[in-house]
Amino acid sequence: MEFFRPATLIDALALKSTHPTALCINGGTDVMVELNFDRKRPETLLDLSAISELSEWSDQGDSILLGAGVPYTRIYQELAKELPGLAMASRTVGSLQIRNKGGVGGNLGSASPAGDAHPPLLASGAAVNVASVNGTRAIDINEFFLGPKKNTMNPDEIITSVLIPKARGGQQYSKIGTRNAMVIAVCSFGIAIDAKNKSVGTGIGSAGPTPLRAHEAESYAATHLDWANGSAVTPEMMKEFGALVAAASRPIDDVRGTAAYRRHSLAVISGRCLKWAWTSTQDMRSK
Amino acid sequence: MRLTCTVNGKVETIDDVWPGESLLYVLRERMGLPGAKNACEQGECGSCSVHLDGILVCACLVAAGQVEGAEIKTVEGLAGATDLHPVQQAYLDAGAVQCGFCTPGLIVATVDLLEKNADPSDSEIREALAGNLCRCTGYSKILDAVRLAAVRLEGAGKH
Amino acid sequence: MSNSTLPTKQRDHIEAPVLGGLGESVARPDGTLKVTGDFAYSSDLWADGMLWASTLRSPHPHARIKSINIAPALKINGVSAVLTHDDVPGSKLFGLEIVDQPVLAFDTIKYHGEAIAIVAADHPETAKRAAQAIVVEYEILEPVVDADYAISGKAPIIHVGGNITRHVPIIFGPQNLKADVVVKGEYEVGMQDQAPLGPESGLAIPADDGGIDLYLSTQWLHVDRGQLATVLGLPPEKVRLTLAGVGGAFGAREDMSMQAHIALLAMRTGKPVKIVYSREESFFGHVHRHPGKLRYEHGVTKEGKLVYVKANIVLDGGAYASSSPAVCANAACFAVGPYEVESATIDAYVAYTNNPPCGAMRGFGAVQTGFAYESQMDKIAETLGMDPIELRLKNAMVRNSLMPTGQPVDSAAPVAEILEKLRDMPLPPLTTTTDGFDVIELPGGASNVTHGEGVRRGIGYAVGIKNIGFSEGFDDYSTAKVRLQIINGEPVVEVHTAAAEVGQGLVTLKGQIARTELGVQRVVIRVSDTQVGSAGSTSASRQSYVTGGAVMTACRAVRDEVLLYAMEKLGHLHPHLLHFRANYKMINGEIRDGEDHLVSSLADLVKDRVFECTREYRHRPTTPIDPITGQGLPHAQFAFAGHRAVVDVDIETGMVKVIEMATVQDVGKALNPQAVEGQIEGGTAQGLGLAILEEILVVNGKVKNPSFTDYLIPTVLDMPPVRSIILEYADEHAPYGLRGVGEAPTISSTPAVVAAIRQATGLALTRVPVRPEHITSTI
Repeated sequence: MEFFRPATLIDALALKSTHPTALCINGGTDVMVELNFDRKRPETLLDLSAISELSEWSDQGDSILLGAGVPYTRIYQELAKELPGLAMASRTVGSLQIRNKGGVGGNLGSASPAGDAHPPLLASGAAVNVASVNGTRAIDINEFFLGPKKNTMNPDEIITSVLIPKARGGQQYSKIGTRNAMVIAVCSFGIAIDAKNKSVGTGIGSAGPTPLRAHEAESYAATHLDWANGSAVTPEMMKEFGALVAAASRPIDDVRGTAAYRRHSLAVISGRCLKWAWTSTQDMRSK
Repeated sequence: MRLTCTVNGKVETIDDVWPGESLLYVLRERMGLPGAKNACEQGECGSCSVHLDGILVCACLVAAGQVEGAEIKTVEGLAGATDLHPVQQAYLDAGAVQCGFCTPGLIVATVDLLEKNADPSDSEIREALAGNLCRCTGYSKILDAVRLAAVRLEGAGKH
Repeated sequence: MSNSTLPTKQRDHIEAPVLGGLGESVARPDGTLKVTGDFAYSSDLWADGMLWASTLRSPHPHARIKSINIAPALKINGVSAVLTHDDVPGSKLFGLEIVDQPVLAFDTIKYHGEAIAIVAADHPETAKRAAQAIVVEYEILEPVVDADYAISGKAPIIHVGGNITRHVPIIFGPQNLKADVVVKGEYEVGMQDQAPLGPESGLAIPADDGGIDLYLSTQWLHVDRGQLATVLGLPPEKVRLTLAGVGGAFGAREDMSMQAHIALLAMRTGKPVKIVYSREESFFGHVHRHPGKLRYEHGVTKEGKLVYVKANIVLDGGAYASSSPAVCANAACFAVGPYEVESATIDAYVAYTNNPPCGAMRGFGAVQTGFAYESQMDKIAETLGMDPIELRLKNAMVRNSLMPTGQPVDSAAPVAEILEKLRDMPLPPLTTTTDGFDVIELPGGASNVTHGEGVRRGIGYAVGIKNIGFSEGFDDYSTAKVRLQIINGEPVVEVHTAAAEVGQGLVTLKGQIARTELGVQRVVIRVSDTQVGSAGSTSASRQSYVTGGAVMTACRAVRDEVLLYAMEKLGHLHPHLLHFRANYKMINGEIRDGEDHLVSSLADLVKDRVFECTREYRHRPTTPIDPITGQGLPHAQFAFAGHRAVVDVDIETGMVKVIEMATVQDVGKALNPQAVEGQIEGGTAQGLGLAILEEILVVNGKVKNPSFTDYLIPTVLDMPPVRSIILEYADEHAPYGLRGVGEAPTISSTPAVVAAIRQATGLALTRVPVRPEHITSTI
């Protein structure tokens, strides 16, 4: 096995171009499991952890440009105000040890339907910035996932950053896992309310071949939320919204849970998330 | 592959490292430092917790090649020449050690917690240590140990 | 002769330079090593020229092996040996009670993960790849995966002799009684795993005398040795085992796993061979807790007095017997629980299937029935409209109550006191969800599932009973060698046993006993090995009792010899010594007479002499149970514990957060209170795990979750504070009055948690672990 540890992105892109089958590693929290368990034996490992720009974030005015390697710990410590949904999701990832190393780039690269970052990125309408020697492109998060552990990236591309709009309203993330810590999502849900554009974004995790949006639920919420007066979300709205989210999911039975349970619990947590996110939208307004 | 890094304050150079090896394997099998334990090799148990450039990580999830030039601190580097680290002593005194397989990882994680938060609440302790599985103690005495260490470190003015 | 050099890091003794005798919370003598990372577990050993072993295991639960081609593995650079069943020189089978399990599979594969071939190579990665390179041709067979079906008479036979590994009937009291109220219930227990954190591992070193030295993790050195000797075709004295550091056990290490494999490879290659299982292999490499179906019928009076209990219990023993027969007997004996009943009719079966083999795990048969009978007690209370504690108090065993086997509980049975104390302990406050709350306190934790929505509080109680020590007439003994000598002017006692220290703290207790009995400070604990007589197994909560008893007895023998010697040497100076030996004591390194006058310091008296005694200790004899009626005196001691669980359940998502566990347990005498608490808290956690988290999922014979990602054991966020009260009613039959501690808390913890969830949800919940699907009816 070859091992490269470029210090700059340019070097990394050159290497990825000449070694398109190279497996990128940064935090290592996914890749090393594959290696330790003999599930993958890549000929080349391309270590991105020495490239400092990948582990930085910057304020772009309306958005945050989040380096692919910024660890989850820093996301919830430093960006809880700008990206509350992603911050909440980051707090639920694995353990502190994992959160200290893992970042959004790895989550996207692995493209597991259960990745905790995906629902908030979908809900916020993020764009994934990828680069190769041929240049860079921004991939709409809605176009990014193709199937279980499959994304739209070309073999010579590297995820460099994610451009995430700052919260323009309440955001929430909720995850079902049978343990009170350190669980892979049985299912999860992210919501981002955009009070400025009077719209609602959603993301469903671990209940389909890819992370999913719940478009009908979004439209329902956008038309039923009381944008003018901010009156509370009613139990009926929670129920209807939850039912639409569940309907948008495409879960299966597996060792972590039944499809029926996934649908059921998604309906519950998404309804709750709508209520909570709307409450915090009003709180933000009143401040 | 040749690997050079600093472990517990000593510069170490090791040859013939296979780059896909984990830091855990390097520490245990190539450097003779088995304090970090191998209990799951997928970051689910925390038994291999070490400090890597000051950050708490699972050594099983770090590729050997990634620690080139890095500074690593393991449980073996905590005690002084004559005295145990106050966290180690607290684990002993509180009866937080049974089989002890989780202990090195928990001690490193506790040191990490108390360096950042000198007076953690029980909830903060639990959230910080949730990545370290223990199968023997039921965690009660581990919480006692962390509280005891916090009090002693405060008393000693180490923060 | 054994090899003179130990593997790197293996110790031959542990100094116990700590003060403290019996009854004190003495720190562990191995504690400093453990907190500094210097304690050598079996996975930490190393020897010059050592090879690494790897195992090839079956991907199928049931298959005929048509051929095994090891040639591709042998071709790989760095591979030293590849062995199959053809290479086993002695017995190809091993087993604890029934010798039925192949060291390496031949003819048919009987479970998913069965070992087929083993490899030794110069790097663990090479060994792994070589194992994968072996080509096995299988003819896949339909597995028998349901225990009821297995024993129905319609299923294919898995072992000669049939699929019923054991049937234990108990017929107690008058039969066919009528009762005012009949309550029936059917319960199911999933397959729990011990999941000790230390993986199976060991190092085998071939010796110059044609024998072999092994350094490994186990619960029972001598039974490993006996099995290894027959497998290797060696006399037992040529198979020498030394206990390396053990990372927890809980039953998982009572059967052999890697022992024979590394021994065979070391004998073949002439080199030291080390193996360390991965977590995945660990799940395949050891036995699990028996899953079971338990069908109950209780007859009770309107006032809530038990009239009869009928139980039909079917345990799934999996592909090989392991300790199934004894587990089955325990399930039968403890089927009624710590209650008096006029009549009991119990049939317990354990079946062979093509599921993973099941054997010993903390609680050993009493856990499965504990969940069932306590669920029944709650159901009866509900049916009668009675308080569940009142119902239990009405039926609680007392001293001299009869077990369904007819055996009297002839020691303290403070069941009522346990229940009353549980009931009277203060309750934790309700979880607040007002301003500034942290989701971490709520069901789901940081996952942010609820801010109070759907959360219901529930409180549940349970009490349990467990036997201590091996039962049914087993010659259950331990051996201790104790030596007293003067080193650098100071009396030093060395204690040597073969008992496995697996974390429970026997190593501490041995020092405490020696200090108390012989009045010395410095005690050296020799690492356990087979150079001394058997200590029996570290299981059945028995080591404090039996090995503690052996150390006590050996210490007293040394004391008697020292005092006899004092008589010879000093009798002319202290004439009383000749008459009143019993009044003399050894304390603080001195011999003092009945009036506390100094007779001599030990150092002055003993000088260069060495006093050494080896003694065996047996608990009182038990008897087999009658194969037709189940009557007899099968148990040496009984332990009682109870739990109160307080839970918050989000009834809409099924998320559970246990808020507090309260427990009361009679330990006879707390010889090391801190260690006793540690056992109680740890046992409680494992019971909680079975209640809501832990299950090996086996689908059509295949294990689906052999990892810590999907086999979930409680984290520190799942395990709440434990409030415990320790009762000390000395058992007059036991050394120092002690009662084994380790298992009892595991039994009542599970049903208490489930009872609390039932109270919160109003659901029947007849299966553990309770999954969110059960709470939300989405299974």
